[in-house]
Amino acid sequence: MSENNYYLPADMPSPVPSPDGLDAPYWEGTRRTELLVQKCGACGNWQWGPEWLCHHCQSFDLAWQEVEGKGVIYSWERPWHPVHPALNGRGAYTVVLVELPGAGNVRMIGNLLGPDDQVVEIGAAVEAVFEAHDDADVPYTLVQWQLTG
Amino acid sequence: MIDRSIRGKVAVAGIGESIYYKHGQSPDPEFVLALQAILKAAADAGIDPKEIDGFASYSNDRNDPSRIAAALGLPDLRFSNMHWGGGGGGVAAAVANGAAAIAAGYADCVVVFRALAQGQFRRFGEAMPDPTVSGDAAYMSPYGVMSPAQKYAMRATRFMHDYGVKNDVLRAIAMTSYQHAQNNPRAIRYGRPLDASTYDESRWIVEPVNRLYDCCQENDGAAALILVSAERARDLKQTPVYLIGAAQGSDHRCGAPVMNASRFASSSFTTVAPRLYRSAGVTPADIDVVQSYENFTTGVMMAVVEHGFCAPEEANEFFTLPNLSTSGGKMPLNTSGGNLAECYMHGLGLQLEAVRQIRGQSCNQVPDAKLAMNIAGPMVTPVSSVIMGSAEVL
Repeated sequence: MSENNYYLPADMPSPVPSPDGLDAPYWEGTRRTELLVQKCGACGNWQWGPEWLCHHCQSFDLAWQEVEGKGVIYSWERPWHPVHPALNGRGAYTVVLVELPGAGNVRMIGNLLGPDDQVVEIGAAVEAVFEAHDDADVPYTLVQWQLTG
Repeated sequence: MIDRSIRGKVAVAGIGESIYYKHGQSPDPEFVLALQAILKAAADAGIDPKEIDGFASYSNDRNDPSRIAAALGLPDLRFSNMHWGGGGGGVAAAVANGAAAIAAGYADCVVVFRALAQGQFRRFGEAMPDPTVSGDAAYMSPYGVMSPAQKYAMRATRFMHDYGVKNDVLRAIAMTSYQHAQNNPRAIRYGRPLDASTYDESRWIVEPVNRLYDCCQENDGAAALILVSAERARDLKQTPVYLIGAAQGSDHRCGAPVMNASRFASSSFTTVAPRLYRSAGVTPADIDVVQSYENFTTGVMMAVVEHGFCAPEEANEFFTLPNLSTSGGKMPLNTSGGNLAECYMHGLGLQLEAVRQIRGQSCNQVPDAKLAMNIAGPMVTPVSSVIMGSAEVL
């Protein structure tokens, strides 16, 4: 395994944009350390995950809007049992579901950076950290989270 | 009660299952297990297997009805139905779909079946080691969210936070299934009781809600159930067990990508359960016994709450071993041992157990059970439930 600062091992599955092109702007944005979320051009509704149609007004006019990487922990979990070969020997890791108050409270999943045994509080403020995987076959950047301040 | 309810129109006439095995231990191929279960259900009903003219299943069962019909030599295959999506959330819906076909006259004798040899195919609890992922998985797998335990713990953690539900509730649900399995010779965990300290000391699968004993088994086996019209059922060998009500689906944007369901901290039943009771014309207080699918004990807890058996704030007092046990409990639960301790037959074993309860044939019989609730696959979408009952409730 190469030297890196990745939270999870480098040989975890790599994200690639969906073949139909729906979420390519998101992944291109993370490469520029920009967090992009869909916002309806017709009614202003925030929407996540990526979809073709606004679920509020049924407009296809969905734009990609940069949002501040600030959120609140909505839920969390700490998987111990490795279900993927890359995770063998990694030990427990922390996953958070983060609400973005600046984007209509849409939710995003990421790892909570920090000690593997840290206490996690629902409602705690977190900020986005861009984890660039430049050495991947198709380079990509994950959005991770850490406690604010 | 709604006018077009299935209530009283269709009955379960026969049930059957293969021997249940730990995953990888079935000596027979999955397709053979399916045939064994179907033939046992036909024998239980006292019908010639060639009377079967329809099939309903769920979760993309690999055993195609056309192949089964050819193997059985059926003269006329009239109904072939697969319920979309939802893993085990479709098991009650498959029963309902088969019943609807009979009510509509599409078929006269429908088999609801599930065959699953996780030892011969991929196990549900393992992730595919794909090098790249796209779509919904692109936002989860790279962060280590891949298995059902990992996908659904997030919902339960938030629910338990919102209502102050303690992990003791989950332990009581697990111990209930194991206690009931000790009287069930079919159960894989027969002769293997679970005590509180063993539960407490078991390893985390996903902290803070899924210990080892909170998670369903992975098994090899098959189960089948035969549906006929109420009139036909009254002429057959077994006491008819009637469909009293059925509902399926999920609430607003339940399937929204990347865990963005509007009501995320839920078992997905908030709109389904009220429709179920309206279709049946009964209330939770009328139900004598509950079979509630255990993918995880968290799902059982949330589904029982969302079916109105207790308020979420009452969960810590309601979910106790004495209260869930057939020996004197207020709400006897998972009386065969269920997915945790009888067999993970993708929930169809729980449907068979409800039939036994109404017939009076369970190895943990609830005295004089007239109405049985069957809840399928909580937290997925779509989910489903059915209520079964005796002739007395019609």
